Amino acid sequence: MTALLRAEGVSRVLPGPQPVTLVRDIDFALGAGEFVAVTGPSGSGKSSLLYLLGLLDRPTVGRVAIEGRDTAGMSDDELAGLRLARLGFVFQFHFLLPEFTTLDNLLIPMRRLGRWGEAEREERARALLASLGMAEAADKLPEQLSGGMRQRAAIARALANDPALLLADEPTGNLDTRNARIVFDIFERLVAEQGRSVVVVTHDQEQAARAPRQVRLVDGRIVHDSGA
Amino acid sequence: MPLALDIALGHLGRRKRQTLVSVLGVALGVGFFIGITALMRGFQTYFVRQVIDVAPHVVMKDEFRLPDVQPAAIAFAGGAVEVRGVKPRDTVRGIKEAGAKIAAVEVIPGVAVAPMLRGPALLRYGPRDTSVSIGGIEPERERRVTNIEKDMTEGRLEDLRATANGMIVGIGVAQRLGAEVGDTVTAVSPAGVAQSFRIVGIISTGVTAIDNSEAYVLLRLAQVLLDRPNVVNAIRMRLADVRQAEPLARRLETVFGYRTESWEESNRNILGLFVIQNAIMYSVVGAILLVAAFGIYNIISTVVHEKARDIAILKSLGFRAADIQRIFLLEGAMVGIAGAFAGWAVGLGLIELLAQVRFEQMGPVIQGRDRFLLAREWWPYLAGGGFALAAASVAAFIPARRASRLNPVEIVRGAA
Repeated sequence: MTALLRAEGVSRVLPGPQPVTLVRDIDFALGAGEFVAVTGPSGSGKSSLLYLLGLLDRPTVGRVAIEGRDTAGMSDDELAGLRLARLGFVFQFHFLLPEFTTLDNLLIPMRRLGRWGEAEREERARALLASLGMAEAADKLPEQLSGGMRQRAAIARALANDPALLLADEPTGNLDTRNARIVFDIFERLVAEQGRSVVVVTHDQEQAARAPRQVRLVDGRIVHDSGA
Repeated sequence: MPLALDIALGHLGRRKRQTLVSVLGVALGVGFFIGITALMRGFQTYFVRQVIDVAPHVVMKDEFRLPDVQPAAIAFAGGAVEVRGVKPRDTVRGIKEAGAKIAAVEVIPGVAVAPMLRGPALLRYGPRDTSVSIGGIEPERERRVTNIEKDMTEGRLEDLRATANGMIVGIGVAQRLGAEVGDTVTAVSPAGVAQSFRIVGIISTGVTAIDNSEAYVLLRLAQVLLDRPNVVNAIRMRLADVRQAEPLARRLETVFGYRTESWEESNRNILGLFVIQNAIMYSVVGAILLVAAFGIYNIISTVVHEKARDIAILKSLGFRAADIQRIFLLEGAMVGIAGAFAGWAVGLGLIELLAQVRFEQMGPVIQGRDRFLLAREWWPYLAGGGFALAAASVAAFIPARRASRLNPVEIVRGAA
């Protein structure tokens, strides 16, 4: 079976007078509809792994394949194209563009992709916001939203282009327990109802336990993978 | 609206004051360029037109550019013969067979020709005297070659023929002599001939050198006064198309041998001065625009620095480096375009303002004028606007490229 995402022998070393190894010898495969929580102590390389899996960063050694396509030989622009169409990112900080309303923030990746016409884009964006309980926030600026709402808006933007895989880097790091739960509720629904894959990096053990598959990283190595 | 433009507008909209200052900087550069260009070009075109109007376009003189080659040197070219102590033969100066040459030139379409004999003389009126350059002219031909008729403040050109021994003098000459139209002055030439003339007209060209030193009489009378019967020492031409002056001058000189100058050659020193003047003007205005460009660089740099997070997220969303670069180039271009438009308004206003300025005459520099001469042309608007846009684009290019090369991973890490 072709995995949605496959990493083989991936290491990432930051060059310099004293090279820093972020992750080493990672072998990891992700199928469609999987929900994975990546945990580990601070500095264990969780985020670095996520950026490698999400094609934001290139491995020093090893290779990452998306839907069976090796990304090693791809140009930066090709990687950007893959991120645009197939991947969605959520970070600890919401990174909504402050000049644009929530709706317009959602429309930005859709406009860049250009798969849908203008009317359809807006219809999809509003439906997406409604499905996350955010319908009334559509025309507000990010600064007018609460922290939890902003993070949900960021998730909605990550889903705008209907990605196969959602990658989340400490998405609940700035949220209270209630909002953290809401975010993980959304992730569960995305997997269960829409068959998307979700990889979430978190240090929140309680929420991480909700993911069916657990990956634990220590010093850049996978020390435990419940799904392997 | 294109996405990149939308984002660019959002960025600038957030920094209204700084954007405004940048736009203003460009506007001042463009505006001053337009205003000063109008001022300089106004004066320069006035001057050139004056030169073209007043003076003939091509003048054939009774001189040669190069001395005659000795017959011996021709006969024994490259030989061992050398002739020393040669003195040129004393010839009667003047253009030989002037009539035939005039007839030959006259058949060229669009060319008017007039002969002239010019020579020095002293004018006396009572106790006062002043030296003048007497021009012997044929009024019927002269009026088609120079604008002497237009410059006459008193009398008419025909009066030279209508009055016996009529003379037209420059206004400066008349003032020095204290003579008016109708007065009789005495002219004495270096040939020793003295003759009385009646002033029938006054000319005022606005060029002090001409007004203070020139006098015109009939060609025939000048030949008598200067004791050079039947001699003409200048053939002057006026062309329908002034741009043909230089080629025509070159052709006539090759055919006839006499030194023939176009108006451009005669005024080369002043035209050269204009080139320097323009160079100074363009460097000053260029400096203003350069400062404005630094302002644009500053604002775009600040935005790039401030928007590092936005750039990171756009990249992680799948924007390519070129997309990011386009956003910030657009911001620079928008400042440039807005500055250009505002600059047009500033330039237009500046010209109108300059047009209002009156100054008291400081000597007869340009007579009858108490305002700036302004050239209202469209090309400075285009050139200023184009230069502003180019400067803005170049200024935005460096920070835009930096933005496109930002590594989203580093920024996302730092923000967490």
